[in-house]
Amino acid sequence: MKVIYTDSLVIGGGLAGLRVAIAAKQRGHDTIVLSLIPAKRSHSAAAQGGMQASLGASIKGVGDDEDVHFGDTVRGSDWGCDQDVARAFVNTAPKAIRQLTAWGVPWSRVQRGDRQVVINGKKVTITESDDAHGLINSRDFGGTKKWRTCYTSDGTGHTMLYAMDNKAIELNIPVHERKEAVALIHEEGVCKGAIVRDLITGKLTAYVAKATTIATGGYGRIYAISTNSVISEGIGTAIAMETGLAPLGNMEAVQFHPTAIVPVGILTTEGCRGDGGLLLDKDGYRFMPDYEPEKKELASRDVVSRRMIEHMRKGKGVPSRYGDHLWLDITLLDEKHIRKNLREVDEICHYFLGIDPVKDYIPVRPTQHYSMGGIKTNYKGESIGLKGLFSAGESACWDLHGFNRLGGNSVAETVVAGMLVGEYVADYCETTELKINTKTVEFFLEQERVKISDLLNRETGENPFKLKKEMQQIMMDKVGIFRNHDDLSKAVEELKVLNQKAKNIALRNRISSSNPELVEAIRVPKMIKLAQCVAYGALLRTESRGGHAREDFPQRDDKNWLKRTLAYWKDDNADIPEIDYEPLDIMKMELPPASRGYGDDKTTPHPDTEKREKEIEKLLKDHPGIDRIQTSELLNPVEVPERYQGKNERVGRGFK
Amino acid sequence: MSNEEKRTLTFEILRYNPQIKGDTPKMKKYEVVEAPGMTVFIVLNEIREEHDPSLQFDFVCRAGICGSCGMIINGEPKLACRTLTDTYPKGIITLLPLPVFELIGDLSVNTGKVMRQMSERVESWIHDKDAENVDLTRIEERMEPEVAEEIYELERCVECGLCLAACATKRMRDDFLGAVGFMRLARYAIDPRDKRSGKEFYDIIGDDDGVFGCMTLLGCEDYCPKDLPHQTQIAYLRRKMALGK
Repeated sequence: MKVIYTDSLVIGGGLAGLRVAIAAKQRGHDTIVLSLIPAKRSHSAAAQGGMQASLGASIKGVGDDEDVHFGDTVRGSDWGCDQDVARAFVNTAPKAIRQLTAWGVPWSRVQRGDRQVVINGKKVTITESDDAHGLINSRDFGGTKKWRTCYTSDGTGHTMLYAMDNKAIELNIPVHERKEAVALIHEEGVCKGAIVRDLITGKLTAYVAKATTIATGGYGRIYAISTNSVISEGIGTAIAMETGLAPLGNMEAVQFHPTAIVPVGILTTEGCRGDGGLLLDKDGYRFMPDYEPEKKELASRDVVSRRMIEHMRKGKGVPSRYGDHLWLDITLLDEKHIRKNLREVDEICHYFLGIDPVKDYIPVRPTQHYSMGGIKTNYKGESIGLKGLFSAGESACWDLHGFNRLGGNSVAETVVAGMLVGEYVADYCETTELKINTKTVEFFLEQERVKISDLLNRETGENPFKLKKEMQQIMMDKVGIFRNHDDLSKAVEELKVLNQKAKNIALRNRISSSNPELVEAIRVPKMIKLAQCVAYGALLRTESRGGHAREDFPQRDDKNWLKRTLAYWKDDNADIPEIDYEPLDIMKMELPPASRGYGDDKTTPHPDTEKREKEIEKLLKDHPGIDRIQTSELLNPVEVPERYQGKNERVGRGFK
Repeated sequence: MSNEEKRTLTFEILRYNPQIKGDTPKMKKYEVVEAPGMTVFIVLNEIREEHDPSLQFDFVCRAGICGSCGMIINGEPKLACRTLTDTYPKGIITLLPLPVFELIGDLSVNTGKVMRQMSERVESWIHDKDAENVDLTRIEERMEPEVAEEIYELERCVECGLCLAACATKRMRDDFLGAVGFMRLARYAIDPRDKRSGKEFYDIIGDDDGVFGCMTLLGCEDYCPKDLPHQTQIAYLRRKMALGK
């Protein structure tokens, strides 16, 4: 039995995982990162557009602060997020970006004086102040009141990930590459590490740790077409679920990004629209202002995606051999701007579409992009069902995003959650003794060994690649942007059948070492369960909220549905998860539910909303003269690790 | 396209699994019907799913961003994800793993190990004793916008390793740092946040395994998928090292 011991085991080498690892290491704990791939190739690198942090240096960001960022995030989430988490997040984001600056990210900076930008289809001159010269710049993104998205051209994720991984290398943090965690080790409700398969030799090793953090990203690849990297298969999320103890939160909350290219689904950044790009239909007509006169192309992602589908359903899509699409037009931007600030987009258009975005329209369609759901944690990033298990970034339902994530809040979440959760992981390592019965380790190791040898010995059975394709098609056709009872019921039934078939996978290539078919055979049954959590959660949620849009229940229903879905997979023989709900307490909300400001508000209100509004009114009356920071402390006191406390300074405004 | 005959492409792929005792390298042929917009990424997945589930290769982002999928395509090092099959009019495409790197199997090579070693060798991070003491509540250090842009230009490297595969010096001398390392060093050398002196940079690359070992054949410049200015940077570093600045 091969066992490796450490204090802090981190599964996943993207931004969130590395940041957690760095925090624990800096506090003196032994740390190991496991990754399927070299860490710098993680999907974090694909984030193009930027990171939200309310620095307010650019002239279009002046007046921005934590409160404005908080409001945008909560509204964006359709009031589904955890407001304690959102508050801690917005307060820490400026510190996170400033730390990354010290670690080497070459953020684009403000240039004093006039510059031409495109706003609402027109060229406008804005003038940056002398004071702001050389500070971190920001661009416009969807669903935000200010230009808050800080960026490095359109390679933001790349530069953040490189700085983070380089920091990890500086700290001598080992990244064990080409390793896949296939199960968690746990004893009496406490996680003690993971069983890990070497993707080259096929050998199984037990990594035993005080604290285990899952930071494996999203589960986008349960859909046939996704902007996600091909490794975003949700396996980390699934192994947490398979303990039967750790619930997954809001799995039905899936984001579709408005502008992925057709047919391959590669993303073109929201920065295209943020920088002035427009959406056009088959007649070259700009349709978004008809639907959303105020925010137009820069409404929240879920809203824009739905409007695009609505418009295509009216016959306004551009027909193609890959089905209908719409156009993203950035030809009105300067050539220099495109070649420099939208360079990845330029490259993608060139290599994958053979077009020049300076002259040509880009064919786009809403495409699966982000998983708001994941391992449900408390504000410390610890699973609410399995002690010692932490999660950060997209794999977690920390719950910063509720039912719709704002563009620029994902990489921001990875580094902010990484900072905060990393401190709590370090605290946990400090106060926990590692005690484990070796029989427990043997039990989990043996369980995985048997599963794999069954796969290698079975003569005939299901093809894992085919099962995966069937699952992906079910999700595309029946659990997409618009959902309804009939399709969702069918999806649930079909996934039940697939879940049974997945117990009978047989391989053609029956070797235990490096073997892509075996990798697939290990992952696909897990992915089918995740898909079922999404489909079943969506079927039960009879309302529309953020990215979860029910045609048969088009309104948000706070009265009955202001609650988080918790999916447990307690019985290994079951075909559907057990569902529970965790109510969101309006009486603790800093920002009680209201209209998001898109279309007509037909929300069914919760009786507590009015109560809380009155209470807030009274609280504010009882505390005259308090400033905005005292106000948020009064209405929404949150805990942040000591080293990340303190007010944030802004140019021209100081610490106010 | 609709009234055109669909081409049948022939792929000749190096097959070898060092994990299997007694296995020997051989070329294996696969036929695939071409589809519009088809890339080598699509083809390889189709071969794996339909014909041969043991075929090994690496993709992550499949969008030319992550640098995972370098391989030798008809004799040239390229990123497979963004190589369209219609680039090859004869319809015969040969795929070999990148040289220089340890072979994992078939088209999969261990770039991660080499890149981590490179990062450790050039100490690929900001050297500043005070960086950990920065007061995070205060406004960040200013930087001239054009300096930030210049750094980003050099930081666009995706560590795909094509420059090493295309490098004659590297093929002859395993310890040669190569363009990826020079580019990384140049990126830190122009970054005002990195407080290393000229001498400290010299100690890393001022020898034959470093920048003076380059034969200036510039395969790196020819095959860099991000069009990084390798030629200019190598020349810049040499001059900087020679002048001792």
